[in-house]
Amino acid sequence: MSVMSEFSKGIVKENAIFRLVLGMCPALAVTTKAEFGLGMGLATTAVLVGSNVVISLMRSIIPAKVRIPAFVIVIATFVTMVDMLLNAYLPVLHGQLGIFVPLIVVNCIILGRAEAFASKAPVIHSLADGIGIGLGFTLSLVLLGSVRELLGAGTIFNVNLLGAAYEPFKVFGSPPGAFLALGLLLALVNMLSKKYKLE
Amino acid sequence: MGEIFAIIFGAIFINNFVLSRFLGICPFMGVSKKVETSLGMGMAVTFVMGLASFVTWLLEYYVLVPNQLEYLRTIVFILVIASLVQFVELVIRKASPTLYQSLGIFLPLITTNCAVLGVAILNIQLEYNLFEAVVFGVAAAVGFTLALVIMAGIRERLELVFIPKHFQGVSIAMIIAGILSLAFGGFKGMM
Repeated sequence: MSVMSEFSKGIVKENAIFRLVLGMCPALAVTTKAEFGLGMGLATTAVLVGSNVVISLMRSIIPAKVRIPAFVIVIATFVTMVDMLLNAYLPVLHGQLGIFVPLIVVNCIILGRAEAFASKAPVIHSLADGIGIGLGFTLSLVLLGSVRELLGAGTIFNVNLLGAAYEPFKVFGSPPGAFLALGLLLALVNMLSKKYKLE
Repeated sequence: MGEIFAIIFGAIFINNFVLSRFLGICPFMGVSKKVETSLGMGMAVTFVMGLASFVTWLLEYYVLVPNQLEYLRTIVFILVIASLVQFVELVIRKASPTLYQSLGIFLPLITTNCAVLGVAILNIQLEYNLFEAVVFGVAAAVGFTLALVIMAGIRERLELVFIPKHFQGVSIAMIIAGILSLAFGGFKGMM
């Protein structure tokens, strides 16, 4: 496959949240607002791109038997870097994402891409794959965050869209709303992908 | 004593790990198709989470804090949990082959269960002492098991009913989880 198609497959066809159903924990937990979804998505993308490139560079020197622990150390190193950078430059966002910043390390998308792709592919392809899957994840989180923010508070990215008369559907800002919103969006994506024959 | 009870009740019902803290969603969606396997998974997770709380707490306060290495917490904790899971697997295989038969397949999955790393980090953030940390770890895992078993019971019945085409699979499971989460929200008034 060409570099371009490695990049573009992650956005729709192999979208992590809606097509592969991976990385559900952060997707549900931080998407009370669109901006938190964007922050979480970009933080995860940074880790994914970094770990994909490093693992791809080291793919010939990592022995097959200890590859999983080796991948985990690489990923955990990038997570620690992102954690410290967020804490230093975006402390408010860091506080909002809370425990889910260190938990990027157990996000199954990242280890999944390391095992299934980066450990077998050249660096450029792994880089494109990391950016594509990361952007797909970010877009999904922003979509879920926007739906929840719009229904739960009448705003998207803190811009009021529904006017002062809108009575907020408060449940979408709370945990049950996360499950309901994602369940309904998944059904919508199922319907659209059948209609446009993405199977 | 009251505080310990509050930790146990809070971890199982009020801030249930799956339904309110969103930790351990992957096994919750993946394993919860039969009540029996859910119970097996729950037992394995309870064992590992109790042990992980104990070991990571000791590491944090006797190794990382005295040496000012707190920034290595994520790396150290995930490595400890991964080796702990391997170790538990070895011990169970030697000590009790029957238990290994029933738990064995779940053990490798636990390393990537974010509930385990989550409880280790929460223990530090909430500043629990060693005893509270272990109690919190076990109680959180019991809450996880409870959510998993309830979900499995519902999904077993779901196989017999009509579900609209586009809602089949993860979609309907999410919506059920949402309704369960609403129901567990009712416990909030008790504290």
